[in-house]
Amino acid sequence: MKITVKLFAGFRDNRFKMAEQDFPEAATVGDILTALNIDGPELGVALIDGRHVLPEQVLVDGQILSLFPKVGGG
Amino acid sequence: MDKIFRVNMSDLTCKVEKVPAEFVTLGGRALTSTIVAAEVPPMCHPLGPNNKLVFAPGQLSGTAAAQSGRMSAGAKSPLTGTIKESNAGGTTAQQFAKMGIKAMIIEGQPKDNKWYRLHVTMDGVTFEDASELVGKQNFAVIDAMNAKYDTKIGVMTIGVPGENRLAAANISVKDPDQKIRSHGRGGLGAVMGSKMIKCITVDATGAGKVEIADPEKFRAAAKVFAKGMLDHPVTGEGLPIYGTNVLINILNEAGGLPTKNFKYGQCEHHDKVSGETMHDTIAGRPNGHTKHGCHAGCIIQCSQVYVDEKGEYITSGFEYETVWGLGINCLIEDLDDCARIDNAMDNIGIDSIEGAVLLAVAMEAGVLPWGDGKEGLRIMNEEIGKCTPIGRILGNGTGSVGQAFGLTRVPVVKNQGIPAYDPRSVKGIGITYATSTQGADHTAGYTIATNILKVGGFVDPLSKDGQVELSRNLQIATTAVDSTGMCIFVAFPCLDIPEVMPAMVDMIAARYGVDMSVDDFVGMGAKILKMEKEFNTAAGFTAEDDRLPEFFEYEPIPPHNAVWDFTPAEIDEVWNF
Ligand code: SF4
Repeated sequence: MKITVKLFAGFRDNRFKMAEQDFPEAATVGDILTALNIDGPELGVALIDGRHVLPEQVLVDGQILSLFPKVGGG
Repeated sequence: MDKIFRVNMSDLTCKVEKVPAEFVTLGGRALTSTIVAAEVPPMCHPLGPNNKLVFAPGQLSGTAAAQSGRMSAGAKSPLTGTIKESNAGGTTAQQFAKMGIKAMIIEGQPKDNKWYRLHVTMDGVTFEDASELVGKQNFAVIDAMNAKYDTKIGVMTIGVPGENRLAAANISVKDPDQKIRSHGRGGLGAVMGSKMIKCITVDATGAGKVEIADPEKFRAAAKVFAKGMLDHPVTGEGLPIYGTNVLINILNEAGGLPTKNFKYGQCEHHDKVSGETMHDTIAGRPNGHTKHGCHAGCIIQCSQVYVDEKGEYITSGFEYETVWGLGINCLIEDLDDCARIDNAMDNIGIDSIEGAVLLAVAMEAGVLPWGDGKEGLRIMNEEIGKCTPIGRILGNGTGSVGQAFGLTRVPVVKNQGIPAYDPRSVKGIGITYATSTQGADHTAGYTIATNILKVGGFVDPLSKDGQVELSRNLQIATTAVDSTGMCIFVAFPCLDIPEVMPAMVDMIAARYGVDMSVDDFVGMGAKILKMEKEFNTAAGFTAEDDRLPEFFEYEPIPPHNAVWDFTPAEIDEVWNF
């Protein structure tokens, strides 16, 4: 299935900003992190189509996954 | 021995008073709000002789505690009509603390209609003729004071909008690099102007060290605290690298980034002004600094020095809320244009959040085209900065512009502009905007941490569940933290690392030689917050004022098409403590 992955802040270093990538059916957010070589604890926030999700969340073809390391401001 | 300076502008005297026993362990917001609540008649006109302007360094200011160099300024606000506390970095908090000035209370108004500069030394305050400074904007005032004294002189100043008592005027404070930090929100610059004080200079000659009752306990706690700042990924890494502006992209992805005067929750060109882009822009230019502290002793360094392509200074302290307000909400796509407007707002001395929010409403009114950064800059310098008739309408804030042009999409609560997070799609912050004693203010109970950033747990931003409790707890804790002299970012480690909050409280206890638990500290926050609320009630505010503008209820915001859907009774539950 095709998933658009958007990376932010330090996750972009040596990776990419946005890419449409192929993943096996029923891949989870955690599987995609592994494929991208991102350690679980590095993850701050994962959003699918603008909603916060957990690493266990299963993706569906055509979704947009946004991944942020732990960041903040105010 | 700490003392209080009581400055009377009516007879031009300064009395040096003993610190009352009940004030000894207070500082920052706890002290300014206690004094304002006790001494300012709630029904007084904010620009009249009965309002008072109070400055107080934080409980830990001037000590070796990291992040502690912020000063609180308090008064009745001419923008909101409520009690107001606004804190800022710069150099004066540490100067005051080391000089033993627990608070400076400024009251009355001169009878001779002359402009003054207050000159603060260890011995008291003298009243200097300021006629040569009148009409100057902030950077020129700072230059003149540096030339008269030296660069160590502390400066707090107002620009021309402050002289003219416009409700968006701030009080600007010189930072260690001779640039500006601001007591931004609530129009405190207009209060200073109403007292005919153009500028306050602080000469700390003879100042000693802040006395610490239990140095060993203090040192141990300070170490744990500083380690927490450096260990937490947000304060140790995220903030220093990207600054607060890293929030543009995350709010955009979450659909909570108010765009085009709160019409949309996402913005097409978000990446042009994002924190990532800003970092790369600054890093790629000569003399740019991606890290910078607003006062000596900041180890997080969320600020930056923003330069143009040739390496010439444009601005510093270029925060997310300002970049959002100009770059997203006003659709000004060129980050350099946004930076120039930020610098202009520092120079003329208006709150950069109010300034950006009112500019978007002015665009909606047709005063200038959407996205026109050049015209925005001209309006700041030539209209608001010079207090022309249209400049006065604008410079009196977002509510003033909305009323002058007959608009309904006017994002204010208690007449203060709503910042950078849409309350329909980030509902916790809506509760804070509605109920804060300060008018719409994200820092008063920063639910974004838990609604969006997953710091201190997670409360779904689009659901009503848990928001009231979240906002209440954060408003209480923030009131306490605002009293320490620390910046709000210490909250991230405090929320996530168990040792950090106790270490902060231990530092306060060790400083004053008292017993204080985390519960005592938070209890102080609750007490002060209630005191502020009581002031507002006595000033005529009711539960009906704790509401968001109506348009949030009937204009759904894409992409989630969320509306503001709390009932009045649900909102009022915030005060159930
Ligand atoms: S982290 Fe930012 S706001 Fe806090 S003290 Fe440092 S520069 Fe100032």
